[in-house]
Amino acid sequence: MNLRPSTILVLVVSAILFVLSANSYGFALTLAAFFTLGIFSFLYKDNPMYKFCEAVFVGISAGYWFVSLYYQNLLAKLIDPLVADPVGSGAIPYYVVAILGIMMLMRLVPSIGWISRWPLSVIVGATAGLWFITYLQSNAMLQLQNTIMPIQEYAADGSLNWYQSIGNLTVMIGTITGVIYFFFSKEHKGAFGTSAKVGIWFLMITFGASFGYTVMSRMSLLIGRMDFLFGDWLQLIL
Amino acid sequence: MKREIPLIITALIGIVFIIQFFIPHEPFHSLSDIFSDWFSIIQACAIWLGALNLVKLSLDKIGKQGMIAVGSAVSLALLVAIFYAPGFLAGRLPLILFLLAFMLMFAGQYSRSRVKEDWFLSVSTVVSFVIIIIAGFAFSNGRQFLEPGTRFDYLYQYVYSPLSATMFAMLAFFVASASYRAFRARNKEATMLLLAAFFVMLGRVPLGDWLTSFMPEGARLSSLADWVMNFPNAAGQRAIMIGIALGVVSTSLRIILGIERSHLGGES
Amino acid sequence: MANGETKNFWVTLMAIDRRVIFLAVAIAVSLPLFLNISQTIYVSPEVTDLYDSLEKLQSGSKVLISFDYDPPSAPELQPMAVTVIEYCFRNDLKMILMGLWPQGPQQANQALETVVGEPPGASFEFNGKTYVYGEDWVNLGFQEGREFIIQRMGSSIAAAFPRDYAGTPVKELPLMRGVSNFNNIDYVFNLSAGTPGTVEWVQLAGDRFHATIGAANTAVQAPMIYPYYRAGQLTGILGGMKGAAEFEAVVGVVGKGTKFMLSQSFAHAIVILFIVVGNIAFFASGRKRRF
Repeated sequence: MNLRPSTILVLVVSAILFVLSANSYGFALTLAAFFTLGIFSFLYKDNPMYKFCEAVFVGISAGYWFVSLYYQNLLAKLIDPLVADPVGSGAIPYYVVAILGIMMLMRLVPSIGWISRWPLSVIVGATAGLWFITYLQSNAMLQLQNTIMPIQEYAADGSLNWYQSIGNLTVMIGTITGVIYFFFSKEHKGAFGTSAKVGIWFLMITFGASFGYTVMSRMSLLIGRMDFLFGDWLQLIL
Repeated sequence: MKREIPLIITALIGIVFIIQFFIPHEPFHSLSDIFSDWFSIIQACAIWLGALNLVKLSLDKIGKQGMIAVGSAVSLALLVAIFYAPGFLAGRLPLILFLLAFMLMFAGQYSRSRVKEDWFLSVSTVVSFVIIIIAGFAFSNGRQFLEPGTRFDYLYQYVYSPLSATMFAMLAFFVASASYRAFRARNKEATMLLLAAFFVMLGRVPLGDWLTSFMPEGARLSSLADWVMNFPNAAGQRAIMIGIALGVVSTSLRIILGIERSHLGGES
Repeated sequence: MANGETKNFWVTLMAIDRRVIFLAVAIAVSLPLFLNISQTIYVSPEVTDLYDSLEKLQSGSKVLISFDYDPPSAPELQPMAVTVIEYCFRNDLKMILMGLWPQGPQQANQALETVVGEPPGASFEFNGKTYVYGEDWVNLGFQEGREFIIQRMGSSIAAAFPRDYAGTPVKELPLMRGVSNFNNIDYVFNLSAGTPGTVEWVQLAGDRFHATIGAANTAVQAPMIYPYYRAGQLTGILGGMKGAAEFEAVVGVVGKGTKFMLSQSFAHAIVILFIVVGNIAFFASGRKRRF
């Protein structure tokens, strides 16, 4: 990592900006702007300022979670109940989970790291049990049930609702052929192959729509940062 | 001991969560409540583990430069002490971060011949971690650390937020660059993908309606985007959703029955 | 020769420096922020449906708003949060704010601050009425535990969130006295940027505990949520910045969603331009044969 003129320039410019931001709020905004520009500097090329910002981000987020979890989770849900009633029978589950929590942290010590499998198995077992039900109910059964819809939908005045009817038919064909495409135990030939082919078309439209929405999302995030830089910080947008 | 007990715990807890869905009475109801609370606390410990591991790795990287790290820590403590002396520059915690970071940056730059490349980055990570922890635990009114105006909130708003938001905002540039270089109508399928993206992108902003304003309402790009999203997109997403759901269900069953054991690691 | 030169031009165009593309994107996104062009916001049926479901709530109903996102997604979701909070104040709906993401409660406070104009504190005046913390709104804070928090809330919200974001025991908050689980919640409004988020709310709060749910999603997540909306598991969807603008249009506020729509239009236009030019260059340069 060399101390290039560009690095010095960035440092000097940021130092001047800090001096200029006289009041406390201005200082805070300049601080935020400094980090924003520091990250954006990567777009030109990788540089020490970006690496520094990235390192600060990693440290700050780890610390953020650490503090947040202590107060809201460990203190409120584990330590408080134990302090309130340390000897009652209701305290037993809290002692058990306190031990499991410490076992989890034992992973930091390589020689006894294996003990973290116990709390890990609570996480895995609970997730497997809950997901078994929720995914089966909400993402498989209810979806299948709502795929087979009437292909003749009528409007309130009794006329055929073409928009909805064609839509329902589209969903039915698209879902069934899409599922067929994902069925790899049978060779995609004949009528089955044709269905799978139709399925691919639907999936392609889906991916296209997702791509369009991804562009929308990413651009929104950039708009947010630009609004911060030009509006909140530089106050150029009225 | 190393494998059997975890397998039994996994199976028991998994089965409790399945049964409580069908029999929402005692003891399954209470057991699932207890296990939900356990999940919450163990998960918190797992994240603590991650954070502490990060610090441990960073300290490892600092390695032989431990002396300098100690020096930084001492200067940090000094700075904290100075700035938090009553009435003196109160609320300027980030200034400390900056002075320190700048100091470290220059130290890192000048000592490049003697230290590992990422030494100064590891120090920055550890110092940032320490600063937010000190701010959160010592200077943010205890449990009221989330209240607007605390130092923890200050660091959240002016350091954490811009860093994380900008990190993700950069994706806008990369998605545009990728669109230019890789999004090609090479065959029929790719063309369909491209057309769907095209209609959705135009139809989901006012520009699309403005371009098709000569057409009757209901036939404009926004309505076309509505139709694509609500029907073909919903169908495709539903096919993916059902596929994933069946995968999740079978994997869950394998885990509960102890057939799938990869989460326990390789060694016995 | 001329043909060769033309081909060279397209090859050069394809290999254009990425920084030129980056600069074009930056200009396309920033420039409209300084322009003042009014645009008609078309409101899609999924947003109308969500609004209609909110309109069915009676004065005094309890709305649970879950802030499951962090600052990176705030440009999309924060305008929706601000609008829904303003809607709740206007219609005298009681708000229970919470987060399954640690940053959620702070985003909630920021959204309140935007609506009120200052940090809300313990009470504040809004539209000539006094709102008191603990009676008109509460912020339960964040709990780790992903979907298991929702599962726990199904039996006891006070067990899932023993204390609010400032450490006050939830049982001491007047608004929470009559609220034990989802049976006492009239509407769940979920602002989601990923996992845990809308999927988990639908699976547990909706399908398991029969809560009525409206979802506000980042645009990345929104397409995946449509099957739930089609199946009636969600009352409606607000998708991305456009969803925010549409929601502002139906509620009747002018917020950042509306304000940013021009930039959004320009940004989409430039991406489409890139795709078109990239494809023309690709085919004109004769590269297609390689594939």
